[in-house]
Amino acid sequence: MERIIIHSDMNSCYASIECSLNPELKGKPVAVGGSREERHGIILAKSEEAKRCGVKTGEVIWQAQKKCPDLIVVPPHFDIYSEYSRLASHIYSDYSDRVEPMGLDEVWCDLTGYAKSYAEAEAMADEIRERFRSELGITVSVGISFNKIFAKLCSDLAGRDESFTVTRDNFREKLWPLPVSSMMGIGSRTGRKLEGYCIKTIGDLAACDEKWLRSIFGVVGSDMYRNANGLDRSAVSVFGELPEVKSIGHGITCREDLTDNEQVWRVFLSLSQNIGRRLKNEGLIAAAVQISVRDNSLVTKQFQCELSIATRSSYEIASAAYELFKKQYRWQNNVRALTVRAISLCKEDTPLQLDLYNDYRRHDRKMKIEDAVLELRRRFGEGAVKNCCLMLEDKIPADSNAKPVPFMRDFRKK
Amino acid sequence: MSGKKVYVEVHLRVDEEGRNHPESITFKTAKKYNIDKVTDVRRACAMKVGGTAMRYTVKIGSKTTYLFEDKGKWFVEAAEG
Repeated sequence: MERIIIHSDMNSCYASIECSLNPELKGKPVAVGGSREERHGIILAKSEEAKRCGVKTGEVIWQAQKKCPDLIVVPPHFDIYSEYSRLASHIYSDYSDRVEPMGLDEVWCDLTGYAKSYAEAEAMADEIRERFRSELGITVSVGISFNKIFAKLCSDLAGRDESFTVTRDNFREKLWPLPVSSMMGIGSRTGRKLEGYCIKTIGDLAACDEKWLRSIFGVVGSDMYRNANGLDRSAVSVFGELPEVKSIGHGITCREDLTDNEQVWRVFLSLSQNIGRRLKNEGLIAAAVQISVRDNSLVTKQFQCELSIATRSSYEIASAAYELFKKQYRWQNNVRALTVRAISLCKEDTPLQLDLYNDYRRHDRKMKIEDAVLELRRRFGEGAVKNCCLMLEDKIPADSNAKPVPFMRDFRKK
Repeated sequence: MSGKKVYVEVHLRVDEEGRNHPESITFKTAKKYNIDKVTDVRRACAMKVGGTAMRYTVKIGSKTTYLFEDKGKWFVEAAEG
């Protein structure tokens, strides 16, 4: 049976929700911006009117206001965005039991079996769009196709509050002329690399030899080939079933620039506390650590390294991040923002190949201490046990844990 | 089109299925209106004041109006000023 999958994307999600909450903002250039005091002063989302003035997501607020002097900048309300995401999930779940979120504002729904034809799927998409307008006061773009990759591409092609359909019969004509970087999974760097081989469109990619792509890009090369040829068979998760966690990270923009290694260590240690706890809650351990360093000229660099022992210890993750930083960062500029990510995750009970060079007993003892600390914090509050160096004045913003929670994460807690 | 959110006291009957049946609305000024009929219940965006809530379309005498319920609090959309 031919699959029918839709991808729905809330248009300018945060800005649309703000306009829905405050009708006086409708029709005006609106942007949601982070706190200037905490130095998160960048544009997180913008309305269609602001977009027309050239305002871009990720740019600094003053730059945006220069382009658009009438720009209204409102602070983010992440708890409300999470609530809207939850309400949106109720709408989708009326049409399919296979609903897989991607972030707070995008979702795939598998309509196979629920819609007998593309015409029926289009009618359902129209109904979903109408419900978003009337129930939540926001609009969505819906892409309809026979796999997840093409459905996502279609929703990018659909206009505001519109649907776009691509079938097995017309995907070559409609999608193959598009630039290769418009396809999900191909970032700007891979796009540039592909262009270096004169692969500019999705059609060019589809016409490549799979073995050749694999020899250049590894497994990703095969995936790109399959995706471009409409051969993606990945399933849409059942509602409430979370996709596998691939990384757990935490990052902040500091109140002031960090000027030495000591300050960087304290931020890494602080960020890693959260990661250690989340790894424990998920029952996972990390075999590698990745850091992102953004300096005060807004250049971001990313480094990663493998750990000698896969761990969920926040201290070991922080130490690895710090060693990596010392090895890679040249201090040409002071540091503005840092992110630590635990990557190459596997289940805690996965059998591990031991070697002769690591002291596993010492590692186990450290884990026991960390578990005891986590338990004390759970029972008596975050401040019950603190690393001594974190008691000093630091440059970590007060609301460093504030971030929106996608509805599926709430769902799982229950 | 904008208005203001006016929270009201609602006299409510809850049936055995847990459904709410608003029976009357009382404003802060103590003015009370009896609801003759609820013609529709659905989640909807409050177009004049913004936000989303459960919207009850109610008939009070010959007039049809909207009554909203958001997390246990009830409000109506009033004209600004």
